[in-house]
Amino acid sequence: MSTTPHTTAYRRDRLWLAAMVHRVSGVLLAAFLPLHFLVLGLAIRGEAELDGFLQWTKSPLVKFAELGLVLLLAIHLLGGIRVLLIENMPWREGQKQMATIAAVAAVGIGCVFLVALL
Amino acid sequence: MSTTAEAMIDVRVWRGGEEGEYQAFSVPRRDSQTVLDIVTWIQRHADPTLAYRFACRVGVCGSCAMTVNGRPRWTCRTHVSKVIEDGRLEIGPLANLPVIRDLAADMTPFFDKWQKAEGTFVPSRTRHEPLETISPDSAERQAADAAIECINCGVCYAACDTVRWSPEYFGPAALNRAWTLVNDVRDTGNLKRLAAAASSGGCHNCHSHQSCEQLCPKGLNPTASIAGLKRRTMQAYIRGEIS
Repeated sequence: MSTTPHTTAYRRDRLWLAAMVHRVSGVLLAAFLPLHFLVLGLAIRGEAELDGFLQWTKSPLVKFAELGLVLLLAIHLLGGIRVLLIENMPWREGQKQMATIAAVAAVGIGCVFLVALL
Repeated sequence: MSTTAEAMIDVRVWRGGEEGEYQAFSVPRRDSQTVLDIVTWIQRHADPTLAYRFACRVGVCGSCAMTVNGRPRWTCRTHVSKVIEDGRLEIGPLANLPVIRDLAADMTPFFDKWQKAEGTFVPSRTRHEPLETISPDSAERQAADAAIECINCGVCYAACDTVRWSPEYFGPAALNRAWTLVNDVRDTGNLKRLAAAASSGGCHNCHSHQSCEQLCPKGLNPTASIAGLKRRTMQAYIRGEIS
């Protein structure tokens, strides 16, 4: 006995994914923010503690992890601009293409960061 | 003389209410066959107790929408050849609505939300006054024209994940209707309508997934109408016309 007659094949569509990626990137950034403030708070507890932590962030693994953060920021920023354009400017056709451009640009920003890192 | 075996389609049809199961049928394949033809064949030849809804059969009345292979469709104008996947069809009632029985969804919440979205024309003139002359070239008329051909089939409502996630949300069809009236220069109900559009069930819920636009059988774009309402409600709020 099935409990629901409904399936959701339309969720494969590009704009559904664009909205979901935008939302998930926002949640992940919001989760990162308290950690960021905790690190800033180390300054109150003394210069040595903060410097010690900053030294740790220069390790290759942390630098590489920053790539994820930059990607999240780029995705959320460009996705947000896309939403602002939809909601505040006259309607334009080609929203799928706009979402693709935003995604490609976000990956491009990530690549630039990666090249600068290497 | 040899006889060719008749081509058959494996069809699974939802039976029951909110809880139930898909029942398998084998239906003969025909040229130019629609999904509604399939459902009708099952009711007339396999199981007369199957409940479903239709009226005009020509894409006017908007009463035969169902979920076909995971997507809402107007079944009378949906050819089997366009939606069949691996020789199979799965047909269920419209999503986001209560199920009455089998393929018949209860449209009451859908139409209640048209009322909540102030989707009723509020005339500025009585029937005793002359008709208002409206230029077909005016921006308002063209904006209304772009959204006015809705047949109330509920496909957009069933395709909308925002409705699924937020049962209070009016949905694409009701807000699309509100947008046609916002652009109707004969109407005098806009302040109340924009206040409704800006309320908790209103246009600002929309995530612009555009599933409504992709699946609307009439080729309308409710997402564009909702984006228009977002702009107009924002302007009305800045002017202090709505709170």
